[in-house]
Amino acid sequence: MSTFPISIPRPVHPTGIWGWFTTVDHKRIGILYGVTAFIMFLTGGVEAILMRVQLAGPELDIVSAAVFNQLFTMHGTTMIFLAVMPLSAAFFNFIIPLQIGARDVAFPRLNAFSYWTFLAGALMLKLSWIGGATDAGWFGYAPLTSVAQNPGTGIDFWIISLQILGIASLAASFNFIVTVINMRAPGMTMMRLPLFTWMSFITAILLVLAFPVITVALIELTFDRYFMFNFFNVANGGSVVLWQHLFWVFGHPEVYILILPAMGIVSEVLPVFSKKPLFGYKTVVLAGIIIAFMGWMVWSHHMFTVGLGAVANAVFTVTTMLIAVPTGIKVFNWLGTIWGGSIRFTTPMLFSIGFIAMFLMGGISGVMHAVSPSDAQQQDTYFIPAHLHYVLFGGAIMGILSGIFYWFPKYSGKMYSERQGKISFWLIMIGQNVTFFPMHFVGLDGMPRRIYTYADNMGWNFWNGVTTGGAFILVLGFLLVLDNIGRHWKNGEPAPSDPWDARTLEWSIPSPPPEYNFKEIPIVRSLDDWWATKQGGANKEVPASGGSEENGHDIHLPQPSYWPFVSAAGLLIAAYGVVFNDLLIPWGLAAIGLTIGFVGVYAWSLEPVNDPEEEDSTH
Amino acid sequence: MRLQKISKTSFLIATTLLTLLITACYPDHNQSTFDPQGPVAESQLHLFWWIFWGGLVVFVLVEGALVYAMIKFRVRSESDIPAQTHGNTRLEIIWTAVPALLLLIIMVPTINGLFYMYEAPKTTKPEHTLEAIGHQWWFEFRYPDPTNSEKEIVTANEVYIPVGYPVAINLESVDVIHSFWVPKLAGKTDMVPSEGNFMWFQADEPGEYYGQCAEYCGTSHANMKFKVIAVPEPDFKSWLQVQSNPALESSDPLAQEGAGVFKSAGCTGCHATKTVVNKGSKGRVGPNLAHVASRRNLAAGMLRNSDENGSVNDALLQKNLRTWLQDPNEVKPGNLMSSGAQVYTDPDKKLTEEQISQLVHYLSSLK
Repeated sequence: MSTFPISIPRPVHPTGIWGWFTTVDHKRIGILYGVTAFIMFLTGGVEAILMRVQLAGPELDIVSAAVFNQLFTMHGTTMIFLAVMPLSAAFFNFIIPLQIGARDVAFPRLNAFSYWTFLAGALMLKLSWIGGATDAGWFGYAPLTSVAQNPGTGIDFWIISLQILGIASLAASFNFIVTVINMRAPGMTMMRLPLFTWMSFITAILLVLAFPVITVALIELTFDRYFMFNFFNVANGGSVVLWQHLFWVFGHPEVYILILPAMGIVSEVLPVFSKKPLFGYKTVVLAGIIIAFMGWMVWSHHMFTVGLGAVANAVFTVTTMLIAVPTGIKVFNWLGTIWGGSIRFTTPMLFSIGFIAMFLMGGISGVMHAVSPSDAQQQDTYFIPAHLHYVLFGGAIMGILSGIFYWFPKYSGKMYSERQGKISFWLIMIGQNVTFFPMHFVGLDGMPRRIYTYADNMGWNFWNGVTTGGAFILVLGFLLVLDNIGRHWKNGEPAPSDPWDARTLEWSIPSPPPEYNFKEIPIVRSLDDWWATKQGGANKEVPASGGSEENGHDIHLPQPSYWPFVSAAGLLIAAYGVVFNDLLIPWGLAAIGLTIGFVGVYAWSLEPVNDPEEEDSTH
Repeated sequence: MRLQKISKTSFLIATTLLTLLITACYPDHNQSTFDPQGPVAESQLHLFWWIFWGGLVVFVLVEGALVYAMIKFRVRSESDIPAQTHGNTRLEIIWTAVPALLLLIIMVPTINGLFYMYEAPKTTKPEHTLEAIGHQWWFEFRYPDPTNSEKEIVTANEVYIPVGYPVAINLESVDVIHSFWVPKLAGKTDMVPSEGNFMWFQADEPGEYYGQCAEYCGTSHANMKFKVIAVPEPDFKSWLQVQSNPALESSDPLAQEGAGVFKSAGCTGCHATKTVVNKGSKGRVGPNLAHVASRRNLAAGMLRNSDENGSVNDALLQKNLRTWLQDPNEVKPGNLMSSGAQVYTDPDKKLTEEQISQLVHYLSSLK
């Protein structure tokens, strides 16, 4: 390490706020992800509420057309990239190492970097509200994103923040792929992986393959906007349909990136609260893989009205219908799981059952869209937001809520209020149906989506009013969830290590887990090993928590580091420098940011290890 | 207690579904897809019902099984440990094969319907082939000139078609992607810049059909509407005849002054008042106004000029023209006229109340 030019020592287990900035502990990073993403989810919710207030009645004038268009663009982008994806990432971080019997992820500092980069991208996007956010839709169809159509900085913020979020997602995905492949405890074969880890693993692979596509599309768009290239400029021979293909080749796998982790959570929760193993484990895993694979063959169903021709539409009709088969298999296997079980209706279980009920409806309306001739009447109407919210809210968000409550004892070390949890479940369950179900009606009644107002004589008034009312029920439900989590995280009853009589390894260690997770790396002998251990009565003791001799001194753990944070901060500065590239010196700020980023990465790669003894005793 | 809640939910879900059916019986709504008035929309609705009933059966079976399981298998004793079943291959094969089979069945009418909507009937007459061109945020329409095959007749925001004949429509756009949609006649097709698209439909009954842009196209996407007016074929022909000639000059002096303002204020830079143009020639930036006073709506469907029976009401028309000319941005936020025309961008050149009155009289004389 003598070559290290800047001799900044590694931080020595700092406490307090610095502890969070330098942490490489997957559990703390998981919590950072979760809290940040939940805050972003709330901002997306505020955007939604503003839209619903504007649409509560005909010809209202609460927000202007321009602001409304920014609202729906930001709502979509926020919910997908800043809420659902990072909420899933929060669970990847916290849960995967625990489920596979590892002490951390494969690349702990890279993991911290993923989080800080995600935060940079999130700030970048959300701060674009100052000065006007992007209003080209989350799908950013060309040529609405061209300089001629959209000269403001909103689109630039959108492009750059998506690129940064892409870096965060890719880094995290590589990390989790390597972690799942290499860090499993002895005996934890792939076909003994808990379902959540399996689905997360598939999601990570999908991300690695899908994100480069949007990266390329965004680079092309950047060149169009900054350097007058013509990828999407039809006047000079570009193609606007090219953007749509690139976007949806990414965008459809993205749908499965959003839903697969939630399916994984549900596949953990249902067996635990039915006291039965998952019905057809292998089939469910296989169905997940097939969904991920077929997810690449259906992108053009987002483009049924673009005029690709009858043959192309017929092909994508067939593939889209077929993807319903593996999805159906999952639903049936979940039913098989609770069938014959001994069902405990805890809050996470209610959310998981709610997931099945709601996701099924989204699935059925999805098959309706696959029928491309009748989809010509549904495409770009409110029928689509109805469908996508049943899948992404009734599906992804319900699954995530289930996970938030299911693992609450594990990550907080406390118990939440079951009563309050159940009330919030019913509010959210009723609220979402009151909000999203009437969207089917107005959609089939001819109401296009993405309109900031509608005339009085269209017959859409009543159901729009109902939808807006439902949105406020949802607000109430989420306030209760927030209160439940916040209050009990602080003052809840201490949680035992295994409050649910669960089946997977994370429940074999104390709540919250010690920094080193497992005192001894477990040896796995079967699927649902922890359950088998408990049933078999084998003397696999639950490690005691927090004794003075078990503070982890003899366990090698990754050390904290400043550099992931510094590198991500450099990226954020560079990103601002790209948007405001004519500030003082052209591209000056971008250069400064990139320099900081490079210094961060350089210092990171040459960072010394604190304890020379540890350096000797480990790799 | 818990059980009652559960059965209440399923009851709630069932009733909401029934409500959907009831809603389906609202044929009089302007853009209802449940009220098809031509064969294309009919075939699409027909397919929708197929898949709807199929979906409903699946929905009832699966949600029913879910609710049944929740009631039947709820916990009885905390210490109870049910049989640890790991799966059942035969069952799993069945619930893979049955949905696959059902989907295969649905594919047949789907693909049939797809080819049906993509190809206009052979009987479609060349004079019933028109062009629709999307602009931010209004629609331009062009008809072949029956007297001269090199010429086209231009109009805007209202498209007349002959009842009972298939009409073929070539779709284009001059700026961003729009989507052409008349729910009662046919599903939508996008208007993609430089990638001409095609659709066809037919109206079986005379009437006025609501249409609206369905692809998000910028600030005033919500305000981009049009009407399809289906009339008997002879009426269609005489309408086209009227359209191909300029409006009769008005004897009203105010209107004649208005014609002067129309030129001096720069309106002619974007708006044409004659309708016959060379085939394929580039259109003006703004809608053709040659017969603006004969249209039932102003500003791409934003302001209604006509009475219930469809005939233009002069008082309404003049009021609408005044509203529009005074502050077009209020009617249609972001429109190119308020951001591009000097009379709106340059306070020194602002139209006076008098000029507006003159313009209103002039424009309302363009029958």
